[in-house]
Amino acid sequence: MAQPEGLLYSKEHEWTKIEGDLATVGITDYAQNSLGDIVYVELPRVGQVLKQHASVGVVESVKAVSDLFTPVGGEVVEINGALEGDPALVNREPFAGGWLYRVRVADASAPEGLLSPADYEALVAEGAH
Amino acid sequence: MQTPETLRRTALHAEHVALGGRLVPFAGFEMPVQYAGILKEHEAVRKRAGLFDLSHMAQFELWGEEAAAWADTLTVNAVATMKPFQARYNLFTNEAGGTLDDVLFYRLPDRLLLVCNASNADKMWDWLQARSSPAVRLVNHHGSRALIAVQGPRAVEILAPFVDIDIAALKYYFCAEAAVDGVAAVVARTGYTGEDGFELFVSGAEAPALWRRLLEAGRAAGLEPAGLGARDMLRLEAGMPLYGFELSEQLSPLAGGQGWAVKLSKPEFVGKAALAAQLEADDYARIAGFVMDGRVPARTGYPVFSGDRRVGEVRSASFSPSYGGRNIGTVLVEKAAAAAGTELGVEIRGTVHGAHVVPLPFYKRS
Repeated sequence: MAQPEGLLYSKEHEWTKIEGDLATVGITDYAQNSLGDIVYVELPRVGQVLKQHASVGVVESVKAVSDLFTPVGGEVVEINGALEGDPALVNREPFAGGWLYRVRVADASAPEGLLSPADYEALVAEGAH
Repeated sequence: MQTPETLRRTALHAEHVALGGRLVPFAGFEMPVQYAGILKEHEAVRKRAGLFDLSHMAQFELWGEEAAAWADTLTVNAVATMKPFQARYNLFTNEAGGTLDDVLFYRLPDRLLLVCNASNADKMWDWLQARSSPAVRLVNHHGSRALIAVQGPRAVEILAPFVDIDIAALKYYFCAEAAVDGVAAVVARTGYTGEDGFELFVSGAEAPALWRRLLEAGRAAGLEPAGLGARDMLRLEAGMPLYGFELSEQLSPLAGGQGWAVKLSKPEFVGKAALAAQLEADDYARIAGFVMDGRVPARTGYPVFSGDRRVGEVRSASFSPSYGGRNIGTVLVEKAAAAAGTELGVEIRGTVHGAHVVPLPFYKRS
């Protein structure tokens, strides 16, 4: 399955979409499918300054707790409030309504250490076996 | 993921693969933890029916006139008083009263069928053999015979057309020898989900065709394959213990909440003196149900506090669809912290979150 274009991916299965100085972050379809039914999401706070690749929250499914590593650094400007009452939105729409948080990136140039859709697809294909 | 070649497969392995089941190592077997998803499968079992492969569980047979009396010397509950075709929950304990396994006995006309946890299969077989009697013949069918469960409110409707006896008339915790779709089976009205349902003991060779026929015919009534993930959620809601969590060699049947099954009136059994002393002292840490006050899920092993004092730990925990979508579970705590209503704190990633002790079970079918 092809990964959505226009996004960058981390090896920890997060995605980010960078528009101007704002970056939206979520977990990939592969990640939500591996985790299974998501029942709780712990997000960073608005105003918190995140360092790229740091552990900033958790995603919990029925069976597992998974750390959330931010693919981009910057100040959190918005979190997805819909997830508090409906964490399964991450399962249903990982690339859309199930986004997690937005940060204002300090440096609008492409963040380091992220993968293109094609490279991420290769990673997933390898990991799936 | 690499699967070690040492993992065993049940007779239904190819069915799980064909259904897209997610296979994981469990008690030495490669077993489906889920197919469509744990919550969907949970809902199928609560509202319609689920089909489970439990062939990893150990099936032993005890033959001989003396089998029930012999089993009575090794277990806390009564075996010899079981009526023909009755099923009964029981536990094996060691001399210290610690639980070796929790099991089901089924009394058939010529033998006792004993079902042990897969994780304890080898230990229990060794334990039985070490205490064998010349009057009792032990047979080990672990991994060769199959066990298929149909669980849920539509279980009778789905299964009845396949069985040559009136299964609607079969009482809860009773069994029968019958033909299911022409296959010789022990059909038992038992389960581990809190729902009505049946467990079918059949030969491994005949299990795949039966599984496919049941699934095909049951689909119209909403029957879905269900994995071990849903089974764990269902049993926890129903207040049923899982060995390794609510019971262990360190946890007696009393501590694990199964004191109702301990019959100290029996003349003698392994562990009786220790259990009598424990009951008398009544000062042991014990299992209690709990619910988290907020939305953060607890997990096995998380520390539990009463005020500032650590009083125990979480043993089982799950999101519970049948308990209002709350996070529920069991704790092993000091006696004083085990009463219903007790306020507890559960430490989750360095923060203590509020919880309350609640009576078990979390779910009872109407």
